[in-house]
Amino acid sequence: MTLETILFYALSFVSVGSALMMITRRSPVMSALYLILNFFALAGLYLTLHAQFIAVIQILVYAGAIMVLFLFVIMLLNLGDEKKLSEKMSYKKIIPAGLSFGLLMELLYIVSYAKSDLPLTHIERATEIGTVEYVGKALFTDFLFPFEVTSILLLAAIIGAVVLAKKKLD
Amino acid sequence: MNNYLTDFWQATPIVSLAIFALLTLIVDAAGKDKPVLSYWMSLIGIVVAAGFSVASLGASTPLFNTMLAQGGYSSYCNLIFLGSAFLCIVLSRNYLERLQYHRGEFYVLIILATVGMMLMAAALDLMIIFLGIELMSICLYVLAGFIRKKEKANESSLKYFLLGAFATGFLLYGIALIYGTAGTTNLALIGKSFPQLSHNSLFMIGAGMLIVAFSFKVAAVPFHMWAPDVYEGSPTTISAFMSTGAKAAAFAVFVSVFIRTFDIGGTKLSDVLAIIAAVSMIVGNVTAIAQNNLKRMLAYSSIAHAGYMLSGIAAGNIEGETGILFYLSAYVFMNIGAFGIISWMEQQDDKKLTFDDYAGLSSQHPAVAALMAIFMFSLAGIPPFAGFFGKYYVFLAAVKAGMTWLAIIGVLTSLISVYYYLRLVVLMYFRDGQASIEEKVSAPAMAAISCAALFLIVLGLYPSLVVDIAKGFFKI
Repeated sequence: MTLETILFYALSFVSVGSALMMITRRSPVMSALYLILNFFALAGLYLTLHAQFIAVIQILVYAGAIMVLFLFVIMLLNLGDEKKLSEKMSYKKIIPAGLSFGLLMELLYIVSYAKSDLPLTHIERATEIGTVEYVGKALFTDFLFPFEVTSILLLAAIIGAVVLAKKKLD
Repeated sequence: MNNYLTDFWQATPIVSLAIFALLTLIVDAAGKDKPVLSYWMSLIGIVVAAGFSVASLGASTPLFNTMLAQGGYSSYCNLIFLGSAFLCIVLSRNYLERLQYHRGEFYVLIILATVGMMLMAAALDLMIIFLGIELMSICLYVLAGFIRKKEKANESSLKYFLLGAFATGFLLYGIALIYGTAGTTNLALIGKSFPQLSHNSLFMIGAGMLIVAFSFKVAAVPFHMWAPDVYEGSPTTISAFMSTGAKAAAFAVFVSVFIRTFDIGGTKLSDVLAIIAAVSMIVGNVTAIAQNNLKRMLAYSSIAHAGYMLSGIAAGNIEGETGILFYLSAYVFMNIGAFGIISWMEQQDDKKLTFDDYAGLSSQHPAVAALMAIFMFSLAGIPPFAGFFGKYYVFLAAVKAGMTWLAIIGVLTSLISVYYYLRLVVLMYFRDGQASIEEKVSAPAMAAISCAALFLIVLGLYPSLVVDIAKGFFKI
């Protein structure tokens, strides 16, 4: 077992574990903190894939900015009575749960069999793909158009947020 | 390296409409309390973009490093979206003034949503498809909740947003799996290696996830749960826009990915789509019978129409593609017409939305009743209106692809649909009642709806007009 595989399994274990902890915690603040742990584990996974840029962005944007917003919102909402949020198990939920479990098993079965037919063609360029220079160059040459469209998308989102959240309508 | 600046000059329909969206925004900000300026600016933008679309019908060189197609198929789809947006804007002005929500941002968001739709139709790369769908959807989430003080509008906006975000997750995961197996997001390259890839289970999971995401956007069963609630709660003109423009854009993507790229005829994907189509037709039509609210009835009817069109995609042949293109051009105008008339009748606080409110409409407003009857006949698929040929072409495609059972289900469920469409016509003409439109319908709105009706009749009498154009687009 190489170092890379050991790291992969360790980080995957942490990310899956923290994701599970996140959805099972009662306290929203605890959930948010586990989500941060999950983000860090994912950033580590990106690093093992030589995607330094994405790893840094993951920590800066998600674990940094977005999580601060999350915590702010949780604290502003001040969800006092956490017990109200918990749901009771009922027979109605058994059928969907069973179906989901079946789907999960099916997917696991397929994925475990399909492992071998993944093409590994881009691996030799992998070390350079993750750098900031490479991402920047690709963004402003080959992917210029999606880049521009993204700016329109963000503009639409800003307008939408203002329309929905502006305090006073004139 | 290519010179992308020249590409911007060539992608005129999309670029000009995006510029007009910004202009509309500036005009709205500069002219305080004059949303009428934005109204005119957005209409001019649509006309200009439509002009550029017609002018570029013959072009075929892909732009931006084969990210964006121009001309042919995309120009044709552009015209459908622009027609839908134009009618929606014309109808919205009076509707919003009545509800005292007439604001310039409304038009900006409609224009931006239309830019997203045009990107979807012109996309040659999965990334552009994703960005187009998101641009369209984000604008629609906001527009659905535009009447902020109304509880139902908030509910519909939030519901649409949460479920839409979930569908986006499926879309992205599907794209990631396809990229992982094919090594590219370029549709042409994926299409070339599709015969080998279709034996790859991971690729097929990815393609299945795309089906989930697109089916959500076209509101096909079992991904339709949001449609009735969202259409009911949104402003009526936005329901019209969502059920026509947005649905047409989702079908444009469906066609360009599953017919033009994957060429799914005879594969497992085609069986999956056939089942979704059959279930949509059955559930949509049967549930529509039980509705008493007209907006909900049209929501279920639009689910059924998604089923009809999906049978053309399941067929996956040239007849399927031309059939869908014809169907879309007919469907957009008949559905927006029906919603438009509902928006005239509607009163504040969701009053006058039930079937009974239309009893005896023909004696008070014969012209409006006649227009509504035309749209209902066309939706039901009764000749000589365009709706009939739309169904005819997609069912013919299904038969040619060896899916006669699908065509039979389609015809039988169309018969069911005749009941609830004609129920409205019977109420308007053969029942006594006090149905009336409280406020005067504006002349532009009346003219727009009449043009839509006229278009349906012309298209029904001379279907070859559109079919010949549509056939020319197959695989350019």
